Amino acid sequence: MAEQSQSKETPQASAQFGKSTRRRFLSRLGMASLLASTGHVLGEPSRDEAAAIPEKMEAVPAVEGAIPVALRVNGKKYDLQIDPRTTLLDCLREHLHLTGSKKGCDHGQCGACTVHVNGRRMNSCLCLAAMYQGDEITTIEGVGQPGKLHPIQEAFVAHDAYQCGYCTCGQIMSAVALLTEPCGPEDAEVKELMSGNICRCGAYQNIVAAIQSVRQSARPEKAG
Amino acid sequence: MKTFELSRADDPGQAIAAGAKATTAQQGAEIRFIAGGTNLVDFMKLNVETPQKLVDITHLPFDKIEALPDGGLSIGAMVRNSDLAYHPIVRKNYAVLSEALLSGASAQLRNMATTAGNLLQRTRCMYFRDTAMPCNKRDPGSGCAAITGVNRNLAILGTSEHCIATNPSDMNVALAALEATIHIRGTKGERSVPIGDFHLLPENTPERETVLEPGDLITQVTLPPPSPGARSLYLKLRDRASFEFALASAAVVVTMDGGKITRARVALGGVGTKPWRSPEAEAELTGQSATQAVFQKAAEAALRDAKPQSQNGFKVELAKRCLMHALKLVTQTA
Repeated sequence: MAEQSQSKETPQASAQFGKSTRRRFLSRLGMASLLASTGHVLGEPSRDEAAAIPEKMEAVPAVEGAIPVALRVNGKKYDLQIDPRTTLLDCLREHLHLTGSKKGCDHGQCGACTVHVNGRRMNSCLCLAAMYQGDEITTIEGVGQPGKLHPIQEAFVAHDAYQCGYCTCGQIMSAVALLTEPCGPEDAEVKELMSGNICRCGAYQNIVAAIQSVRQSARPEKAG
Repeated sequence: MKTFELSRADDPGQAIAAGAKATTAQQGAEIRFIAGGTNLVDFMKLNVETPQKLVDITHLPFDKIEALPDGGLSIGAMVRNSDLAYHPIVRKNYAVLSEALLSGASAQLRNMATTAGNLLQRTRCMYFRDTAMPCNKRDPGSGCAAITGVNRNLAILGTSEHCIATNPSDMNVALAALEATIHIRGTKGERSVPIGDFHLLPENTPERETVLEPGDLITQVTLPPPSPGARSLYLKLRDRASFEFALASAAVVVTMDGGKITRARVALGGVGTKPWRSPEAEAELTGQSATQAVFQKAAEAALRDAKPQSQNGFKVELAKRCLMHALKLVTQTA
């Protein structure tokens, strides 16, 4: 449906995209809308220009007013030129292609964008990326790897702590941080500290069970 | 979001000089200090705030919590809400503040939000947040859509015909009961403002929410030493169990001698256009026994001037019961 309406608006672009894979098509659509939305800065791209959007994001000319920003994410350093309005979430997703952190509400209410800054969990959608230079940023991509999952990730799998998965990266980032926060032993206390992560599928019970299993195995003397 | 210029202040003087170039420090400020960003970035995304310049003040040296020689506490303006809530001195001597902070927002937001930012937290009134609607606070003279609109969550104390927006902060309510002092550095030097004088009633100028002027930088909040033997508590009532703003809340600080209340400080949240200290309730409690009848009198006094709107009449009774229950709990443990 979205693809259809978009192709009506940009027939030439859609012809170009015709032989593309779905992923390539969608990523180009994203670029087209990005350019359209920044049209007041860049000047509206003509349809031909929109069709000729380069394959790689990096090849896009810098936005007018972009500032140099150096970020450290998952132990890697990145030197970027970004619009000062860029949130940390958008920077991670659109510039660094670390798409594990999700955009849900974009207003700090759902927790899908949760990342760690110097070990503390934060809503990356409310962070201006340029303010986090010199900080150690950790995303879901830096928490575990296939074959070497973080105990919280393993517990989420073992306890079926997700359904659609959209909120899961944020849930896991919150849960990993919770392990080092002051939190009482009860389920109610875990629920309270996880209240900044919304799950529309309603996997809450299994999320709490997953977190509690890791907390209890980390201190077997108390788990009794 | 409108575009802006971002700069970083490496010392307080830089920040003050940068901020002083604005024509106002209130709604419509062209220059804003930014720290946690939890409120400001949200409002910038909504175009409720459209500053041309942002000054990053996160590197200023106001990030410490320090015991004062008089037994009080100094809280740096940059101290994050979670660090303040979990600080051992706060938990021991100012439990009401710790409880208020932990009842607000989410763990992620508390990790970001600062003390000064929370003091300046803007209302959650949906008409303030929606630029398509009239709002005297956002756009002076445009009218108040809330008075004839959806006002269930809005204020019943301190309202005016121009604005009924609630101050949303839990921390501010605790600070009001603790008689905190706000320390401000500006172009004319330093000054201290009692929390009761820091926030303004809406009256004819709802766009003015605090006494802050261009360039004014909050440096710290100080708390007086805890009254010997005092117990304190924060009780918050809301539509959800967590991550929700108060419909009504009460911060109480009470000292008992035998069965008698010798000193009481009371502030209400969720019902006032500013953090609502109630000297009327305090007067009803002081020197009295901790009984349900006395609590009832205090609650009646606190809400005597309440002016409910079309949808929030329930808040009058809710706030009374909230205060009475808070007093019951705090005197039980005292």
